[in-house]
Formats: sequence, C-alpha cells, structure tokens
Amino acid sequence: MGNLKIFTRAFIKENPVFILLLGLCPALGVTTSAGNGLGMGLATTFVLVMSNIVVSIIKSQIPNKVRIPSFIVVIASFVTIVSLVMEAFMPALFDALGLFIPLIVVNCLVMGRAEAFASKNNTFKAIIDGMGMGLGFTLALTLLGGLREILGAGAIFGLTIFEGDGMLVFVLAPGAFIGLGYLIAINNILKKTTEN
Amino acid sequence: MSKKESTFLNMVLTLVIVASVAAFTLASIYNVTKGPIAEAREAAKQLAISQVVPDFDELITKKFKEFDGNDSLEFNLAYKNNELVGIAVATYTNRGFSGAIRAMAGFYPDGVIYDVVHLEHAETPGLGDKIEKSKSDWSDQFIGFDPSEKSLIFEDGDVDEITAATITAVAYCDAINRAYQTFMENREEIIRLSSPGAEAQDSADNEDNELITQKEGE
Repeated sequence: MGNLKIFTRAFIKENPVFILLLGLCPALGVTTSAGNGLGMGLATTFVLVMSNIVVSIIKSQIPNKVRIPSFIVVIASFVTIVSLVMEAFMPALFDALGLFIPLIVVNCLVMGRAEAFASKNNTFKAIIDGMGMGLGFTLALTLLGGLREILGAGAIFGLTIFEGDGMLVFVLAPGAFIGLGYLIAINNILKKTTEN
Repeated sequence: MSKKESTFLNMVLTLVIVASVAAFTLASIYNVTKGPIAEAREAAKQLAISQVVPDFDELITKKFKEFDGNDSLEFNLAYKNNELVGIAVATYTNRGFSGAIRAMAGFYPDGVIYDVVHLEHAETPGLGDKIEKSKSDWSDQFIGFDPSEKSLIFEDGDVDEITAATITAVAYCDAINRAYQTFMENREEIIRLSSPGAEAQDSADNEDNELITQKEGE
C-alpha cells in the first residue's frame, strides 16, 4: 500500500467513525459543538501518532501475550502527558477540553490502530497511519459537532447563525445518534459514487 | 523480525521495563509542569476574585468552616485603604447536573452580592454552561442581588431559571447560598479575624507560641 493511500483512505473509505465505527464514545459524547469536536480530534490525533510511533518501535521486543497491557501503558502515559502539558502551558485550551482528555485513553481507535497497524508495520508507515486516522477522526467529529451545533444552538464555532432556540434534541445525547446516523448514510453514498 | 518468546521471564521483564519507563517519564513531566499548573490555577483564582469584588489594594485569605458541614470555604477579604470593600468566597455545590460546580461569589460587606463567576463545572455544553459569563448573561441577575430581601433558594422563585437546565440553575443558587449563609453566620468573626490588624496580631501570637514550644523542647 502506498504511503499516500495509507493517509487518504482514513477520510472516506476507512473513516474511523463513519466506516470502522471505532471511538464512538468520544464521537457521541463530546461533539456538542464544532469547536469541541475539533479540539478532541486534534488531541486524539497527537496521542494516536505518538503511541503508533512508540508501539512500532518496541513491537519486536514485546512478547505476544503481554502486548495489550504494554500498549495500554504506552497510550495512557501519552494521554497523561498531554493533559499535564496542556494544563501547564495552555490553560485556556485546557478549560475547554480538560474534561475530554482522560477520555482518549478509553478510545478504542488508539488501541485499535496500535494493535491492527502499528504492531505490524514500520515506524514511518505507523506515523502516516496515525496522522491519517487521527485527521479522519477529527473531520468526523468536527462535522458531527458542527451539525449538532447548527441545528441545536443555531451557531457554528460559537458564531451565531440564526437567533432563537434551536432543536434541543440535537444538543442532548439522542441528537448525537441521529446526527451520526445521517452522516454515516451520507458517507456511504459518497463512497459508492467515488467507487463507480 | 522475530518476536520475543512469551516465556514467563520475558513477559515479567517486559512489563516491568515498560511500566518503569512510563512511570519515570510521567514523574519527570509532572515535575516540570507542577509549577506552571499551580501558577495557572492561582492566576485563574486571582482573576476571578478581581471580577467579583470592587477595586482593592490588599487581599487577606482565610478559611472558615461552612455553615452546614465540616468542610471549609476560602474567604478572600478585599481591603482598600484599610477599609473592607468586598469579600470573595470560593464556594461549591455538589448538586450540579454532572458533578460539582465551583464558583467565586463576591459580596459587599453588608452581604449584598457584587457579582458571581464560575470557576469549574462540567454541565452540559449548550444548556447548563449558560452559567458561564461568556456564554450567557444569565448570571448577571445576581449583580446587586440582596439575599436579605430576596431568597437565594431557587425554589422560592426569586431567581430566573435557565431553560432546559433547571438542575444547573438550582445548583448554582445552592453554591451562592452556601457562601452567603457561611458568611452571614459568622460575619463579625470573619471580618474581625481577617482585618489587616488581626493579621499582624496573629503572626505575633504565632511567634510567641513558637518561643513557648522551643522552651518546652529544651
């Protein structure tokens, strides 16, 4: 598989949220606004790339039976590092995202890529895959967050589009499921047309 | 590339090494970030205090036991030219929709509210986060609110609610009420113990105590 293909397949063909259905907990939980989705996506991308790098480096030194606990320790360490560094040097960003950072550790997308890709490929390919998957995840979260923010609060990235109350259901949890359902459907249509 | 065998020794060694490296890395990063994190929190607190009391040139911070429990609230008494101009109370409530809400409530010395800002909360974005000043002007209704005339108990109906986030509004009132009750219950004592003069007196007392303990030590 070419490097470019590894990178681009994560956006539509193998989008982690829309196709692989990985990492749905943060995808549904934090996407109440486009800004939240974007921030969560970028933080996840960073952890994903870093953990992919480390896992691909140490993969031959890890006995098969203890690979999962070892990968989890690696991922959890990076999540804690992100959380500490962000609180220390970017307090404003931490205010907005602090709540979601610990959630990255339970994101099966990070674990999934470590297990399915990084532990079988070289470091360079693992970086490309981490960036592709991370940005695909970011794209999905931003889209879903944007959709919910527009319909639920009448705004995008905090800028008001229309006055008055939006559809409350989109701000609450059920709106996440409805929105995600429609986005998956749209993505499937896109996938079909590009294949033809 | 050949994988390591999954023998008992290999597995134990690998896990020990991975865990130690992770622990060492985290410990070093924690050491580096400890200072800046404390500074950032202190800066956020100072900013909140300056928002909820009038102009001041001296600030005295003391903890007092809260009115209905064993925990204590932090009182920040603001003085200008040795005169008490406002009291900022770091208060909290556990009745929030998603966990605790922390807020800084500012009072004039007579108990009228100057302003209230939130410090930390985990309320629903888009609904409960309207307690934030940047999201909505809902909390502006507390400016000039006199709790001796109107009630801070939400159910009494003197406080406007937040549409679709009643629990958050109730909890925020509870936090402010906690600060108000604690302040009014011990108003005299709090002001007496925290005046700039008392501070000097206090430290003098402490020095005496130290002398005594030293003597006992001999």
